[in-house]
Amino acid sequence: MNLKTVLVCAILFPAIAAAQGQVKEAGSVSGNLQMLWQSYSEDPLIGAIVPPEKSGFNAFGNLIYQQGGFSAGMRYESYLNAVLGFPGRFKGSGVGYRYARYADPTGKVDFTVGNFYEQFGSGMILRAYEERALGIDNALDGVRLIIRPIEGIELKALYGKQRLDFDSRLINGPGIVRAVDGSIDINGLLAKSGGYDWKTKITLGASFVSKFQEGGTISKDSLILILPENIGAWSYRLDAQRAGWSAGLEYSGKINDPNADNGYTYRNGEALLVNLGYTRRGLGFSVSAKTVDNMSFRSDRDVLLFDLPINYIPAITQQHTYNLAATLYPYATVISGESSASAELFYNIPKGSRLGGKYGTTLSMNFAAANGLDTTHLSGQDELVYGYERNSWGFGPSKFVRDFNVQVSRKVSKKFKWKYTYYNLEFNTLATPVTTTFKGIVYADIHVFETQVRTRKRQSLRTEFQALFTEQDKGDWATVLAEYTWSPHWFVSVVDQYNFGNSNKDARVHYLYGAVGRIDGPHRLSIGYGKRREGIFCIGGVCRAVPASNGFEVNFTSSF
Amino acid sequence: MKSNIFEGVIALTLIAIINTCSWAQTLPTVQLKNMAGESISTGDLVTEGSPTLICFWATWCSPCKRELNNYAELYEDWQDETGVNIIAVSIDDQRSIRRVAPYVNSVLWDYDVLLDPNKDFARAMQVVNVPHTFLVNGDGDIVWQHNNYSDGDEEEVYEQLLKWAE
Repeated sequence: MNLKTVLVCAILFPAIAAAQGQVKEAGSVSGNLQMLWQSYSEDPLIGAIVPPEKSGFNAFGNLIYQQGGFSAGMRYESYLNAVLGFPGRFKGSGVGYRYARYADPTGKVDFTVGNFYEQFGSGMILRAYEERALGIDNALDGVRLIIRPIEGIELKALYGKQRLDFDSRLINGPGIVRAVDGSIDINGLLAKSGGYDWKTKITLGASFVSKFQEGGTISKDSLILILPENIGAWSYRLDAQRAGWSAGLEYSGKINDPNADNGYTYRNGEALLVNLGYTRRGLGFSVSAKTVDNMSFRSDRDVLLFDLPINYIPAITQQHTYNLAATLYPYATVISGESSASAELFYNIPKGSRLGGKYGTTLSMNFAAANGLDTTHLSGQDELVYGYERNSWGFGPSKFVRDFNVQVSRKVSKKFKWKYTYYNLEFNTLATPVTTTFKGIVYADIHVFETQVRTRKRQSLRTEFQALFTEQDKGDWATVLAEYTWSPHWFVSVVDQYNFGNSNKDARVHYLYGAVGRIDGPHRLSIGYGKRREGIFCIGGVCRAVPASNGFEVNFTSSF
Repeated sequence: MKSNIFEGVIALTLIAIINTCSWAQTLPTVQLKNMAGESISTGDLVTEGSPTLICFWATWCSPCKRELNNYAELYEDWQDETGVNIIAVSIDDQRSIRRVAPYVNSVLWDYDVLLDPNKDFARAMQVVNVPHTFLVNGDGDIVWQHNNYSDGDEEEVYEQLLKWAE
């Protein structure tokens, strides 16, 4: 079949199809495109290197076709070669994600073949998701069925392998994931049968996830141990809400799962998550506690870090947005085990009051703490096989992180707003190794003052002044940012990050970066140039280490 | 030869599909929860005859919060003049999902807030990054979108609302 035949058929097909009455409901096509290009220049002072190909290029194109309850989609990916900071093993161009799905319009039946993302409960034993800008993607590839037989009941079942790599095509890991989840919305269920309308809303859920990977044996000293091939994990959850109050409880467990994260020990895993919150107009607070013990769960026992996680255990600390607080010492859950707790308060000082001012003032406070587990190490053969015993769900002696921050946000006039944030941080770089220059606890104070001025109609200037003070690691830092926008199309920004307190005077570097961009509805182009610090880049709840770079960056995104 | 035929069939199928479908993005149906824990189908979000503004945001996204805080001051007027309903879809995942309700209450938003912790709706709507704002007309078709927020964008939104409210 040559191109000519294809074209002739293509032109004729709609006419033929329409004539035969096959075209009933028009389908729709939507898509998006994302491109990132980076050039590199050498800069030994900041550790920026030039790869042999001298530039990096990542691109993603998504296409979804939808007609009624049917949809099919694919993602074309290109890494020619991958931009530094992405997994370097991602290579070539090809289809990295494809699926077909039917979701009955009544919601009763929904099935997918091919790739899909999924989350059970809080994700503590299963979450397939992507953070494309970080190169994180553990999509499942298999079959998923969701049924909602009556209102208030949802059942999910799936079988699949997980995405591990990309080499001109999708490459899945070796393990098979099998999972079921059920949830009951008690109110939805009762509303249908008896017309109860409780003020308390209760949702119950339970999941079971099992993975299979071929086994074998490992030897520890004189012991020859058999690696289990089928590993199950389970979880129970309860959520309740009443008149502004909300409470949640989730418990999960996992049978022995010797893997690279736990030093191939045979201890069972356990996790407990408790939340309590209250909110009404102008006020909200929440407290939560979480202990995870040996809950690393991957579909390949031998991989680490971002590869093949089946579950998701987010950090207890707040995801910070300002540059110095977000990228220098971001905390990540210690996957082998930690005990943690957090408390949060939001309050709006009403407008018109003396403290609130003309437009009102918003206050927020957040405190998070995490320590190692409260454990006793075993001895002899037991230590080799099981490692330790946990004494309680509470905090152990080893401090991982303390993060306190408070923010005041105030609108002064129609043209001027400001926001001040203070952070107090104690960060154990041995527990979360974000720096190679210091091992121990970093004590840091961070101050951020942000202003926003409307200069003219549709134009505004935003500035950030940030300072981080610490005696440890690389010492003090400052960041200044200025961003000018012409709504709705243009922006220009300059940011300078300066390590002014580094004890090594030669390392007191300015990381200056400028960018200009244009937005046209769903299309966005930005061009940047400058130095980027080696550090941690976070989106949502996930962070990845990126190397230092110096050069141009061009970013384009578009959707239709 | 075999692969030529295969490629030809694929190309033909694609072109045939494209020939029969519309290019306007319509609102996909995804099951989400609101802050009260109730299940909501995104297919039911549109009020017939009135425009709906769907704003994707997150508690960790500063421009998103600026956008929705600025709209909040104008929302009552917009509703009176155009009948618009604003839906704020949070893509906060498990790390920050518990912050959504207290934050929304502290900044006094009157929007319907939906939770999309695993980005199922965001993916179906082709959202690459936040903030991403969609205007859906009374027939459920996406008629305008903007992938950014800078101060003053609300004037553009208001013009679009007036245009589609008729």
